[in-house]
Amino acid sequence: MDWTNLFTIALGAVLINNFIVSQFLGICPFMGVSKKIETASGMGLAVIFVMGLASAICWPINALILVPLKLTFMQTVTYILVIASLVQFIEMFLKKAMPALYEALGVYLPLITTNCAVLGVVLQNTQNSYSFIESVVYGVTGGVGFLLVIVIFASIRERMEFSECPKAFEGFPIALMSAGLVALAFMGFSGLKVFG
Amino acid sequence: MNTVIFAVVVLAVLGAIFGLVLAIAAKVFAVEVDPREEAILGCLPGANCGGCGYPGCSGYAAAVVKGLAPVNACAAGGEAVAAQIGEIMGVSAGASVKQLAQVHCTGCGQNYKQYHYVGLHDCVAASKLPGGGDLGCSFGCLGLGSCEKACPFDAIHVIDGVAKVDEEKCKACGKCVDVCPRHIIALEPYKTKRHVTIPCSSHDKGVDARKVCDNGCIGCSLCAKNCPKEAITMVNNLAVIDYEKCIGCGICAQKCPRRLITVDGKVPEVKPAAPKAAPKAAPAAAKPAAPAAEAPKAEAAAQPKE
Repeated sequence: MDWTNLFTIALGAVLINNFIVSQFLGICPFMGVSKKIETASGMGLAVIFVMGLASAICWPINALILVPLKLTFMQTVTYILVIASLVQFIEMFLKKAMPALYEALGVYLPLITTNCAVLGVVLQNTQNSYSFIESVVYGVTGGVGFLLVIVIFASIRERMEFSECPKAFEGFPIALMSAGLVALAFMGFSGLKVFG
Repeated sequence: MNTVIFAVVVLAVLGAIFGLVLAIAAKVFAVEVDPREEAILGCLPGANCGGCGYPGCSGYAAAVVKGLAPVNACAAGGEAVAAQIGEIMGVSAGASVKQLAQVHCTGCGQNYKQYHYVGLHDCVAASKLPGGGDLGCSFGCLGLGSCEKACPFDAIHVIDGVAKVDEEKCKACGKCVDVCPRHIIALEPYKTKRHVTIPCSSHDKGVDARKVCDNGCIGCSLCAKNCPKEAITMVNNLAVIDYEKCIGCGICAQKCPRRLITVDGKVPEVKPAAPKAAPKAAPAAAKPAAPAAEAPKAEAAAQPKE
């Protein structure tokens, strides 16, 4: 196993090619549930969970079913099917097995079904022809990147509540502008390289 | 051709497998919900109006079972539902005063338009225009039916250019109160006996109010002066009823020179001077009867003054 390779993938997913601020995936939950740090971190944790599991399940389906049957053009629709039922399954499982976690994730768990970052991560796994381990690492660390950015952004928005801004920019406009600034800041990581 | 068949079969099989897994999971991971929760949910109206402050009826049912919410918090269901829930939870419901949304406008200003509005059929959109819409009166009902669209119970309708509340259907969820850009709808305690309302929101001075409405409040304060319980106060040229104090006697409605105040939804006929027998028969009636005698005089005095 090549640890350097895995580290590169992880670093790329968290900082350099962050799902939100450089690939612009998963913007809807990013704007929607970033009003409070508490809810933002709940959403982030749920995303880590689902992204990791989705990567782990979609990889064998692609490698064992779609590729041998030359059905790779069906990836998107198959992955959507997998993600939707996976989220449903996880919800039921958590409700029974870990009620505390279920309560903590709350409404964000079903919301993830419509999170394009999850579909993005499984599609990219295939496009980059990652191995199984690499896929899972990419999925989990992509979720970590999501958590990082959404928590940073939520803390910015919490502070913004108390700052005065021009009337025309109140609410979503100023939030979008700050999101752009966060994205600009993350552009600073784009030169980062891992030498192995 | 093979590819098409493979594609269909693979997707169908995958879908069937996932469906089966989910179906099994639903059985295996079924969580026993407190049966009381489902019972409560059963007797709630199911409109998910959010009037109780919880996310939907199921959220409220869960909160009641946990003891976080009072059993009578469902405004939509009213006392009947509160009693049912109380029975399920084994506590007495206590009396919750029935409330009703009340539109504080008679719509008599509809003939006094500033301009002809042809935009979106929506009060919020119209209220953004110069002058806050086409209506001459800057406080009255625009009559474009934003409240009608917001109402989950089909209880408020624009009739002849003004929103009217269906007393039977209204559950006092407060949706219309929130949506009205003119803020003329309010929840009022609804008395089964006599419900007195001042259906006007105009803070204009008398002279201006007359220019834009046939019967809007002109702030003459006759009602406030004649109220035996001092339940009416003048707030910025508008008479406002304090329902804590109001006894529903309807004297204010008799006194109103604009014939604006309603009792049980109707403007009462102005009674002639009370017959002399009345004070003797019922001492309680003496108070209302005495000012009633002055009614025509007071009205006559009020008219030229304004």
